[in-house]
Amino acid sequence: MNKRIPYALFALTLLTTAACTPAPKETKIANPGASVSGTVELWHFFAEREAAAIDTVVKDFEASHPNIKVTVKSGQDDSKVTQAIGAGNGPDIGLSYSTDIVGKFCSSGAWVDLNPYLSRDKVDLNQLNATTRQYTEFGGKRCAMPFLADAYGMFYNKDMFAKAGIAGPPKTLDELTEDAKKLTVRNPDGSLKTVGFLPLYDFYENAAAHLAPATGAKWLTADGKSAIGADPNWKTLLNWQKSLVDWYGYDKLTKFKAGLGDEFSTDNAFQKGQVAINIDAEYRLAFLKDQSPALKYGVAPLPTADSAGYGGGYVTGNIMGISKNAKNPEAAWELIKYLTTDDAAVTKLAGLLKNVPTTTKAIADPTLSSDPDFKTFIDIFNNPNSMTTPPSASGPAYQETFGQFLTNYQAGKVKDLDSGLRTADQQINSVMQLGG
Amino acid sequence: MHTVRKNLTTLSFLAPALIGIAVFFLYPLGSAVYFSFTKFDLLSVPQWVGLDNYRQMADDPFLLQAVRNTLWMVVVFVPARIIGALGLSMLLAQLRRGAGFFRTVFYLPSLIPPVAATIAFVYLLKPGTGPVDHFLEKIGISGPLWFNSPTWAKPALVLLGLWAVGDLLVIFLAAVLGVPESLYEAASLDGANAWHRFRSITLPSIRPVILFAAVTGVIYTLQYFDQAAVAGSIASGQATVGAGISQSFGYPEGSTFTYPLWLYTVGFRYNALGYANALAIVLFVVALAVTVILMRRARAFSGEEA
Repeated sequence: MNKRIPYALFALTLLTTAACTPAPKETKIANPGASVSGTVELWHFFAEREAAAIDTVVKDFEASHPNIKVTVKSGQDDSKVTQAIGAGNGPDIGLSYSTDIVGKFCSSGAWVDLNPYLSRDKVDLNQLNATTRQYTEFGGKRCAMPFLADAYGMFYNKDMFAKAGIAGPPKTLDELTEDAKKLTVRNPDGSLKTVGFLPLYDFYENAAAHLAPATGAKWLTADGKSAIGADPNWKTLLNWQKSLVDWYGYDKLTKFKAGLGDEFSTDNAFQKGQVAINIDAEYRLAFLKDQSPALKYGVAPLPTADSAGYGGGYVTGNIMGISKNAKNPEAAWELIKYLTTDDAAVTKLAGLLKNVPTTTKAIADPTLSSDPDFKTFIDIFNNPNSMTTPPSASGPAYQETFGQFLTNYQAGKVKDLDSGLRTADQQINSVMQLGG
Repeated sequence: MHTVRKNLTTLSFLAPALIGIAVFFLYPLGSAVYFSFTKFDLLSVPQWVGLDNYRQMADDPFLLQAVRNTLWMVVVFVPARIIGALGLSMLLAQLRRGAGFFRTVFYLPSLIPPVAATIAFVYLLKPGTGPVDHFLEKIGISGPLWFNSPTWAKPALVLLGLWAVGDLLVIFLAAVLGVPESLYEAASLDGANAWHRFRSITLPSIRPVILFAAVTGVIYTLQYFDQAAVAGSIASGQATVGAGISQSFGYPEGSTFTYPLWLYTVGFRYNALGYANALAIVLFVVALAVTVILMRRARAFSGEEA
């Protein structure tokens, strides 16, 4: 066989591969007032009850926009959307559960910049909650709009509080430690029977991102590098958590945690009264109502290191954007505008999906705030002390890399916190560079 | 002319297989090699970066941990399954009554999808509430934390692999049953005991099967993904879909964090497809090298020419 044939085949493969990769495409938008019609395809990740809620609101949209027909595909996750866009067949609209994709989708142009549409239609972004505005733009591009939000706070067991003689929810981290100790019950052999607050970072919703607002700890510098080692607020948070872990005993906590049920099952440790205080979001209210109606619980903002910072928590949410290869971007924008800025639609969606609405008027809607527990989460959402995780071109790389450091730290594997945090910075920057 | 026609006839018969290999193996492999020299996120045009992705492996903080865990699995998991399958097959070969029943019982677990089997195993071994823990408690043993312990998580995965050893078992059983009875009879007449018969007759006779099991086992273990991902997710108590899954990769404390989990994470979570392709190429080269070494050693061992 001719020896050049394999080389030629390899070169052909490379050429074919290179030719099959996506090329940038410029989006042109219509003039103001131009009529919009046709079919638009929406991919979302919801299923069952939540997918039915989306269908309901989409039908409302079709009724008010008779020239636009919406095709909805449920159960589509981020990787499917990414692959479809990369292959040139992206849906007109993607609805994602994670703000982690914003950095990459904005920087790569996978989702188009919505600023031209917003300017043309004179949409006032100030009607959107400030934190949600942060996590929907990256590098000066607004490629996403917030589609409802989650606000994280604290759930506490009122019966267990009363039994331990605690009047109300803790507001500072010191109070949280004090209450956690009072609420903890040990077995005769010293093992843990019930735990006041389970401080391990890999327990349920205790991820560093959800606890960072307790001290106001920052993730990234202005130039997108890790800010963890240089921000003393992280050290405050880590020292507080480690001292509580040490009070329980890491091995005892790990053993106790190993026997607990799954977070999203009826065996959830808070719902079963095995843990008295838990970090969780507003969606837990629906689980409690459905699965543990007899449980007496209260909700409150996240306790903070400094009482001046009290009132907030972690905020995140779902996001929507238009694919760069959308077939009908104008109709896509009409639907996104309706689902994210029409107050009636946003209020209806929030009521159906039991998530926090994102527009000022919807947030103030009395039907949503009539439930005092839900109102607490709306207040957390509106509080200026609330924080989110900043978008990054490498997605959640910085959070997950730090997460690995934290699991080692809480296990006692990091002897010197200062040098450990410096190493964590290097590791985070190194991992972010892979995808950035 | 006759030769050309003969070659064309041969080629036409080979064509379906050749096309399949070209489309489903050579083209993806060539693409992976190309992308491993680029910075690529699936969404933008790839940028040629030369050997940068390979150089970055030296600074990768998680690569060493992933390699260490995968090596542990190769060194323990592969021999454990081979020894388990060999031992079981020899026991089953001795059975005179109920052989069909026991063969079915031991083979069945391998038919269960890995994800379902892993979920079931995590619940069986769950500390405090799992039946295994209850049983151990009753006989006075304080069970380990299994999938929740960084020391026991990998051994628990090995147990899972041993439970589902049926795929190897059928091959070993066929090989063991295929050893001519006359050899054993002759050895017995010469005074050979059970160990001698095993070492001098069974083992050499089934060597090709052991080699096959070792090669496919190493390749399978280098790609060990499903069970490690699911065990980490379920044991962490944060079983979820979509975005959350890679957060619990490696749980607990990175002990189940294998090479393919890291490859998936950098590729599909951190959008570093170029680097992920470089990791995939390294994995391919390692798998190929291990296969070649195993084949050569096996040939040398059996006296064949390398």
